[in-house]
Amino acid sequence: MSTEILMPALSPTMEEGTLAKWLVKEGDSVASGDVIAEIETDKATMEVEAVDEGVIGKILVAAGTEGVKVNVPIAVILEDGEDASAVNNDSASVETPPAAAPQANVQNDPRHAKEAAPAAVPKYEPSFLVDPDIPPGTEFKSITVREALNEAMMEEMRRDETVFLMGEEVAQYQGAYKVSQGLLDEFGEHRVIDTPITEHGFTGLAVGAAFGGLKPVVEFMTFNFAMQAIDQIINSAAKTRYMSGGQMSAPMVFRGPNGAAARVAAQHSQCFGAWYAHVPGLKVISPYSAADAKGLLKAAIRDPNPVIFLENEILYGQRFDVPVLDDYVLPIGKARLVRKGTDVTISAHSRGVEWALEAAEQLAGEGIDAEVVDLRTLRPLDSETVVQSVMKTNRLVTVEEGWGQHGIGAEIATRVMAKAFDYLDAPVARVHQEDVPLPYAANLEALSLPNAEKVVTAVKQVCYAD
Amino acid sequence: MASKKATTSKANGSTPKSKKLKASREDLLHYYTDMLLIRRFEEKAGQLYGMGLIGGFCHLYIGQEAVVVGMQAALEDGDQVITSYRDHGHMLACGMEARGVMAELTGRIGGYSKGKGGSMHMFSAEKNFYGGHGIVGAQVPIGTGLAFSNKYKGTDRVCVTYFGDGAANQGQVYESFNMAELWSLPVIYVIENNQYAMGTSVKRSSSETHLYKRGASFRIPGEEVDGMDVLAVKAAGEKAVKWCRAGKGPYLLELKTYRYRGHSMSDPAKYRSREEVQDVREHQDPINNLKELILDHKVASENDLKELEKNVRAIVNDSAEFAQSSPEPDPSELYTDVLV
Repeated sequence: MSTEILMPALSPTMEEGTLAKWLVKEGDSVASGDVIAEIETDKATMEVEAVDEGVIGKILVAAGTEGVKVNVPIAVILEDGEDASAVNNDSASVETPPAAAPQANVQNDPRHAKEAAPAAVPKYEPSFLVDPDIPPGTEFKSITVREALNEAMMEEMRRDETVFLMGEEVAQYQGAYKVSQGLLDEFGEHRVIDTPITEHGFTGLAVGAAFGGLKPVVEFMTFNFAMQAIDQIINSAAKTRYMSGGQMSAPMVFRGPNGAAARVAAQHSQCFGAWYAHVPGLKVISPYSAADAKGLLKAAIRDPNPVIFLENEILYGQRFDVPVLDDYVLPIGKARLVRKGTDVTISAHSRGVEWALEAAEQLAGEGIDAEVVDLRTLRPLDSETVVQSVMKTNRLVTVEEGWGQHGIGAEIATRVMAKAFDYLDAPVARVHQEDVPLPYAANLEALSLPNAEKVVTAVKQVCYAD
Repeated sequence: MASKKATTSKANGSTPKSKKLKASREDLLHYYTDMLLIRRFEEKAGQLYGMGLIGGFCHLYIGQEAVVVGMQAALEDGDQVITSYRDHGHMLACGMEARGVMAELTGRIGGYSKGKGGSMHMFSAEKNFYGGHGIVGAQVPIGTGLAFSNKYKGTDRVCVTYFGDGAANQGQVYESFNMAELWSLPVIYVIENNQYAMGTSVKRSSSETHLYKRGASFRIPGEEVDGMDVLAVKAAGEKAVKWCRAGKGPYLLELKTYRYRGHSMSDPAKYRSREEVQDVREHQDPINNLKELILDHKVASENDLKELEKNVRAIVNDSAEFAQSSPEPDPSELYTDVLV
């Protein structure tokens, strides 16, 4: 009996990929373990091995096809003696776009594949306001958050020789999530440094390098692992300027993916926004869009203070319009309206902005006009922008991925109460992760995390709708 | 530095230098003065603590003076020093002013950190002293990072990273050892083995009590040194500095020393006998030993040394007066130096 080979999921967050290359052709015999194809995800090019023995009966998805969904059949393997005619051609009618012409050197230039990918514009682009600080007439290009972060580091490393990148797999591997792709090639191993798996040690080492006059960018493979190093971040980096009476400081950036990825369970899924935002002596940035990721990472690298830069793995592959400017640096500590509205304010950051915008779109259909504020920076926290918005809408819902107790929403609610108590027409509602470690089971994970639906519910609550 | 002045003002003897001594007359008197300054300074700090003028934790360095004075003698300008919270001696040895250190202990604006750091958190960018760290072992990766910055910038400066026998059991020490050797960083790890981590003796806390061997599995050369003998410390320090400057990577020294006082001011030190302390004081005291050496070799006379001691006392008394007359930081200082 013939066996279908399905497009494999090669990472926890992969939903589709490019079938870059077939290494076998129809009629070839394959054995279990043979490499039969190469698949590009937005992070890497991966080899696909045959699991079954037999003969390649039919290739269903041509080399070079982009956007092939996970679990779509890509080929059929025949058992010995079976004929290609046994393949039911109907199974070839998969829902994939027509094969694009394969390009040379695709593998060596992963960005090429991304540029050519179908424009994955933000789903709610019509409502996504352009940053008013960008000069009118500026040209935009669509790039992913990953590329934006990469560009920011490239540009800052070109600009300042004291900037260096250190972390696990940042150099030769090109980054666990490919954010540091190409940096080793351009700057060499002197400035792009693979560390042993030793967070506490290399974080402390980087603090010392900052004391010594360098500008380290420390990449944590994820912020979960930074808990091993949190003493150095807080006790050594954040407090030294104060403890030394201003004589010494640690100008540096700690960056990496923060928050839940997908199905990686409790120890790998946690938002540290509130943790670090609690600490004087740190700045904490948590952007949503690619433009903010770029402009704020550049600002973070130039900042004379220790900066925590919280990224999000699920956002890495998302595309946004980024202004084409020689030196796009954004101010740290400024929130921004990303959607104008009159009935309710939703404050959010990082992936929360996505849920907020999605909710706003849905609510618009139900006659509730929501305004969305992207906090962008968690410390210093621009609560003034939220207060201004609440003075207009009189209602507030806060959204964050972390736990609610002592969270970002709790802080915003307090500040809004202090500054705009008389403007509030309803108690502030908070949307956040449920008060449990993040479960693995898909259904429980979904129940635990915030989403657009939960934002909609909270908005209706503060609007006394339904 | 202040103590140096005291030395040179007294250099009028004409004692012939012994052939056996590997240090000049001026150097010997300089080490003697520096060690004495640390001891008298610490005694004064203990006194001020008893008077309620110094608060919180205060960890005295009495007994360990030969370690920092010997190591400092092996260094050159631009070399860096970093240590833990028993740091007053290191700062004085680096040439930081006694006034600024004492005023920090009393929490006054004239202190090195404007009164905001205290005993355990003092720094001097000018003297390349990088703290003063209150978390046991945390200074070890930081010192390794200072060495990293030296290598990155292409200088031949070295960083002396001090830590105690207690910190020698912290994981981040070994994470640092690994990277320092892997990347050939110019860092000298100095384990000040004063034999007690607070109240826990090395024997009770360490499976391998020869701490100089702790770098072996990282291929870091290590040696044991008599930390009560300033000349032995200096010689070992010079060897280590030479190794680091030559680009050979880190070097580990275990300096066997002893702290006479409790771990901090509130430690009754019941974990060791009075006789044990007395024995070290009588037979191994680094200052007395050097004094004997100086007198035996007629490097200077009793009177010369008394004169030095007088100068040292004057510096210490001046620092104590300054530390009491310097005002507390202005309330507006509460909010400064958090970020820039």
